[in-house]
Amino acid sequence: MSEADGIMRLRQPISVTYNWSAGPNATSHLNGLLDGTLVGKRCPGCSLVYFPPRNGVCPKCARILGDDVVVGPRGTITTFCVVNVPFLGQKIKLPYVAAQILLDGADISMQHLIQECEASDVRIGMRVEPVWKDRSEWGPSLENIAHFRPTGEPDRDMGVEAGAS
Amino acid sequence: MARRDVAIVATAQRPNEVGSTLTSVELILPVINDVIAKVGIERQKIGFWCHGSCDYMSGQPFSFVAAVDAIGAWPPIVESHVEGDGALALYEAWVKIQTGECDVALVFSNGKTTSGPIDRILNLQADPYMVTPLWPGFDSLAALQARACLDAGVLSEADMAEVAARSYRDALNNPIAYAKENVTAEQLLARPYTTAPLRAHDCGVPVDGANAIILAAGDAARSLAERPAWIRGIDHRIDTQRLGARSMTESSSAAIAAAKAGVGDDRIDIAELHAPYTHQEILLRRAMNLGEGTHVNPSGGALVSNPAMAAGLARFAEAAESVFSGSADRVLAHCTSGPMLQQNLVCVMEGE
Repeated sequence: MSEADGIMRLRQPISVTYNWSAGPNATSHLNGLLDGTLVGKRCPGCSLVYFPPRNGVCPKCARILGDDVVVGPRGTITTFCVVNVPFLGQKIKLPYVAAQILLDGADISMQHLIQECEASDVRIGMRVEPVWKDRSEWGPSLENIAHFRPTGEPDRDMGVEAGAS
Repeated sequence: MARRDVAIVATAQRPNEVGSTLTSVELILPVINDVIAKVGIERQKIGFWCHGSCDYMSGQPFSFVAAVDAIGAWPPIVESHVEGDGALALYEAWVKIQTGECDVALVFSNGKTTSGPIDRILNLQADPYMVTPLWPGFDSLAALQARACLDAGVLSEADMAEVAARSYRDALNNPIAYAKENVTAEQLLARPYTTAPLRAHDCGVPVDGANAIILAAGDAARSLAERPAWIRGIDHRIDTQRLGARSMTESSSAAIAAAKAGVGDDRIDIAELHAPYTHQEILLRRAMNLGEGTHVNPSGGALVSNPAMAAGLARFAEAAESVFSGSADRVLAHCTSGPMLQQNLVCVMEGE
């Protein structure tokens, strides 16, 4: 409390503890990550495969997602961003690439880190695969994957030339 | 500008429960699909979607955005969110329909009240400078209000127990109510204080719940429901957030809202009052001048199941259902928000 300027100050840190639930429909996804399997879910309406399965529902059809579908582990970069700007809490050496990756068998992309190549080599259509952390560090989280790296396979045609014209 | 006739045409509520392991989105999705199925409307005909919830309850900023997943938002929709009870979202939807921008609106709300200490979490709705830093707890604030009322002779602990006993008994007839018991006021008064002068029965039971309502204007309402619950008056008033500047023994904002909504123009068959504490029901009945002829909270009200942020909209659902069924002709639905009845929304509905 400071009385020097006549203003009373009160410092009152607050905290609240929650019981967070992943929900029954995302549980198979999180359990899959515990043993290194990438599990998405198929919408019984439009058949799209969601990875991750969002909140267990298809936002297009407003239906609870249905069957589990194992996807990946390889995937294709659909778009990416080269990060050049340092920020507080930065853990990765600049420049690095954050990319949207469409895992094989999935219909929506997920964001992850691209490493083990020059940022300038990353391109849309590039094939990538996950590099897992040591199993001792695993939890029910996509952070079990340290990053994705190029597989060296030929690029997948993502139709960008047609789209860019 | 002439006011458009707007009615509630359908409602859906999920059974109230404790310790739900569903996500908020999983909680909401079935009730939205239920209410749409009840009127058989195509999603594209719903011109406005409005959601009421509280991010503090899920401990995640912008958690409400995920709720759009429960809507089926393709093709794109027009939607909005109210950081508060679903009844306040209903008010926004009513205004939207008044502007003429749409004829049909869907309002929904959810509260996973048992996933955190709701008594502490709701502190974040209080005045952030003078009250929230003290973390008084909503039960404690309500207890101060009850104490002031007892000291002023406005009500007695027996009056409060009567409110609870009636609510717990009425809840026996409500399949989605959480707490229900065939109990008398005398039995309740023998139980211990939890936050004196409040006993457990004086405080609404925190539960997880979700509900949805469809509003429609004029001919659209007539085509969607046999007996729509027409909104004849609706008004929202707020008392000062400075607790020390308020009268603890009356609710002036509820009185003004009730007068503006036309509560006193004719008899009220059923009043669904959102009173999370027993003494607050008594203050509300008094502020709105509700007499013996009005059955208050035949559903059991928020005392027997209080899904925070959904309990107000639940009152609208219960009141509207009594018009749909013909068991009432003129009903009142009310929602409160904030500490000690800070905000009050009052709505009068009628069947034709």
